[in-house]
Amino acid sequence: MLALPPAPQAPARRQVFVATSLAAAAGTTLLGGMLAMWLQFRADAPLRESAKRGMIKDWMPAKIVVPEVATNMMLIGLCVVCVMAQWAVYSAKRNDRTHAGLAFGLTALFGLMVVNAQVYTWTQMGVAVNGGAFHTMFYAITGTMMVLLVSGLVFTAVAAFRYLGGRTKELEVVSANALYWYFLTAAFTALWFVVYVQK
Amino acid sequence: MTSIDTHHAAGTSAAPPAVAAWITSADHKQVGRLYAGTGLVGLLGGLVLAVLVAFERIDAEGYQLLDANSVAQVLSAARLLLTFGAVAPLLLGIAVAVVPLQLGARSLALPRLAAGGYWMWLTGLGLAVASIIANGGPGGGSSDMVDLYVLGTIVMAGGLIMTATSVATSVLTSRAPGMGLLRAPMFSWSALVGSVTLILALPVFIGTSIYLYVDHKYARAAFGGNVGISDWAGWALSQPFTYLLAIPALGMVLDIVPVMGRTKLAQRSAANVAIGIVSVSVLATVTQSTVSLPWDGEKFFDNLGDKIADLLPWGLLTVVPLLGVLGVLGLSGLTLKNGKPRVAAPLVFAMHGLLTILLGVAANVLGSIDDAGLRGSIFEAGTYVAITFGTVTIAFGALCYWGPKLWGRRISDKAALPLGLLALLATALGSIPYMIAGFADQPAGALDGFSYEGPQELWNTLTTAGFALMLLTTLAFVALALKSFTSGEAAGDDPWDGQTLEWATSSPPPADNFSDLVVVGSATPLADLKSNTNGKDA
Repeated sequence: MLALPPAPQAPARRQVFVATSLAAAAGTTLLGGMLAMWLQFRADAPLRESAKRGMIKDWMPAKIVVPEVATNMMLIGLCVVCVMAQWAVYSAKRNDRTHAGLAFGLTALFGLMVVNAQVYTWTQMGVAVNGGAFHTMFYAITGTMMVLLVSGLVFTAVAAFRYLGGRTKELEVVSANALYWYFLTAAFTALWFVVYVQK
Repeated sequence: MTSIDTHHAAGTSAAPPAVAAWITSADHKQVGRLYAGTGLVGLLGGLVLAVLVAFERIDAEGYQLLDANSVAQVLSAARLLLTFGAVAPLLLGIAVAVVPLQLGARSLALPRLAAGGYWMWLTGLGLAVASIIANGGPGGGSSDMVDLYVLGTIVMAGGLIMTATSVATSVLTSRAPGMGLLRAPMFSWSALVGSVTLILALPVFIGTSIYLYVDHKYARAAFGGNVGISDWAGWALSQPFTYLLAIPALGMVLDIVPVMGRTKLAQRSAANVAIGIVSVSVLATVTQSTVSLPWDGEKFFDNLGDKIADLLPWGLLTVVPLLGVLGVLGLSGLTLKNGKPRVAAPLVFAMHGLLTILLGVAANVLGSIDDAGLRGSIFEAGTYVAITFGTVTIAFGALCYWGPKLWGRRISDKAALPLGLLALLATALGSIPYMIAGFADQPAGALDGFSYEGPQELWNTLTTAGFALMLLTTLAFVALALKSFTSGEAAGDDPWDGQTLEWATSSPPPADNFSDLVVVGSATPLADLKSNTNGKDA
C-alpha cells in the first residue's frame, strides 16, 4: 500500500479572509473600470464657461448642485466604520463579547448613515436618470457603490450574528468584515473625489 | 504512517443522483460535472450558430438561411455561447472538479459559492440567449430584450467570478501540508492564475455592462443604444480576453505531458513563469485597450524615442503572452524528448490544442501591427477561432485524462484518438482561411457590402467546412463521452500512472476525496512514492 508521512494538525485556512481579499480586488477593478470610463467621458466633454472656475468641462450640468456636506459626511462616516470594524476585531481577539457587540452595532449604524446620506444625495441633486450621459452614468456608478455598501451591511450582520451567537473562536469572519469595510472606504474615497469633488 | 490509498470500487459511489441532489449539491465533483456538461451543450449551440453565419459568408447572393436583421444577433450569440457558454464553463468546471483532488484537499474552499456561481452563470447565460432569441442582444430590435441581454451577461459574469473565487481560494488555502504554491500541480497553478485574472477582468465587463444597462434603459445618451453594446462590451468576446480563458488549458497541457511522457516535467519553475506571464493579458482587458504598433516601414528608426514608447506597451501586452505560450510548448517538447512518450488521446488533444492556441496568439501579434492593415478585418475572427477551438481541444483532452476521476470510467483511447486529429484539422480550416481572407480586406462581422466571390468564396467555404467539422467532432466526442462515462470500461484508480495526488484516491473519489491528510514532499508526490523516495524532494 502506498503511504505518505502523516499530516500534522491542519493550519488555519482563512478561506473567508482570502475570498474577501479576492472580492475586494474584484470590487476594485469594478469601480476602477467604471471611474475610468467616467473620466474618459468627462475628458471628451466640450468646454463651457463657469462663473467661478472659468472654462471647465461641460460634463455635470450647471444647474445640478452636489450637497457637499452629505457627500463629505459619507466619506467621514466610512472612515469611522473602519475604526468600528477594527474595534470589533480587537475586542473579538480578546474574547470581549460586550465590546465586540457594541463595535458591530456601531459599524452597522455608521454604515446605515452612509446609505442614508447617499439616498439624501440622490434626492437633493435632482438628477433625472433620463437626462443625458452624465445622468445615467451618475446613477450607474453611485448605484453600484450603494450595492457594495449594502452588501457590507449584510456582511456585518452575518459576522455579528455568528460571533454573538457563540462562534467566538471564528475570528476570521470578523477580520474579513473589517477588510471589506477598508476596501469600501478606499473605493468610496476614489469615487467621492472623481464624482463629487472633481465633478 | 497515513494511507492515501483510499480505494473505492469504481461505480459504487456513482449511483445516479436525484434531480434535487444535483441542484442542491455543493460537492465540487458534482458542480464540476455540471459545469463541464453544460459547457459541452453550450459548445454545440455556439458551433451550430457559427456554422450558420459562416455559411452565409460563402455566397454573395443575399442571405440563404438567416434574416438580414438577425445576422448580427446570431453572430453575437455564437460568440457569447462559444466564449461564456463553452470555453469558460468547460475550463472552470474541470478546475472545480480536479483542483481539490490535486491539492489533496477534502473539498473545494467555499463550495457553496462555487455551486451558487454555477447556477447564477447558467441563469445569466439562459437570460442572455433567451433575449437574443426574442430579438434582443447587440443590435436587437426589442428594447426590453436588449435590456434583458445586458442584465443576463452581468448575472452570468457574476456567477463566473463566484466560481473563480472559490477555485483561487482553494489553491491559496487548501493545499496539503508541505505543498507550497510552486509544488502545486501545474493545472492547479494555472487555475489559480486564470481564476485571479478572471476575478480582475470580469468586474470591468460588469461595470461597463451596468453603464450600458442604465443608459440603454433610461436615456440612450452615452453608449450608442443597442448597436453600441458590441462596441463597448465586445472586448470580452475577443482577444486578449480569450487568453485569460486559455490559461488553465496551458496548465492542463503541462500536467498531461509528463504523465504521457513517463517522466517529470522539465524546468518546472520555468513552467510556472511561462503560465504566469500569459496573465499580463489581464492588463489589456482591464484597461479595455487594444494595443497596436505603428510600424511606419522604413521610417521605423527615424524617431526612436516615440517608437520605444509604442514598443513597450505593445511588447508587454501582445508579445509577452506569446512568449508564455511558446514557453509552454518548448517545455512540453523538452519533457517529451526526455521521456518515453505514449501516444494517447489526452496527449494528442493537448498538443494539438496548444499548437492552435499558439497559432492564434501569434496571429494576434501580427494583427496588432497597424501597417499589416488587418484591424477591423475578418482576421480577428481567425485568431479568435484558433484560440477558442484550441482551448476547447485541450479541454477534450482533459476530459479524457481526468474523466476517470469525474465518472469512474474512461474514454477509449482508440475511439478518441481520431477525434484529436479531426479537432486539429477543424481548427486549421476554421481559422487559417479567415486569416487569409483578412489580408484580402474581408471585413469582420459584416455580411453585406463586400464581394465574396473568387478566392474569398473559397476561404469562406473552407472556414464553413472547418466549423462544420468541429461541430461533428464535438458531437462525436460528446456521444463517446456519454457512452464511455455511463457504460464504459472501469478506469481504476491510477489509469495513467499519474504523479500527483488526484491519482492516489479512488475513481471516482468518495465524497470527502481522501480518508486522511497527507504530507507532500515534492511536486510529484505520487511518482516519488512509487519510486520509494517516500515523498522527499529528489
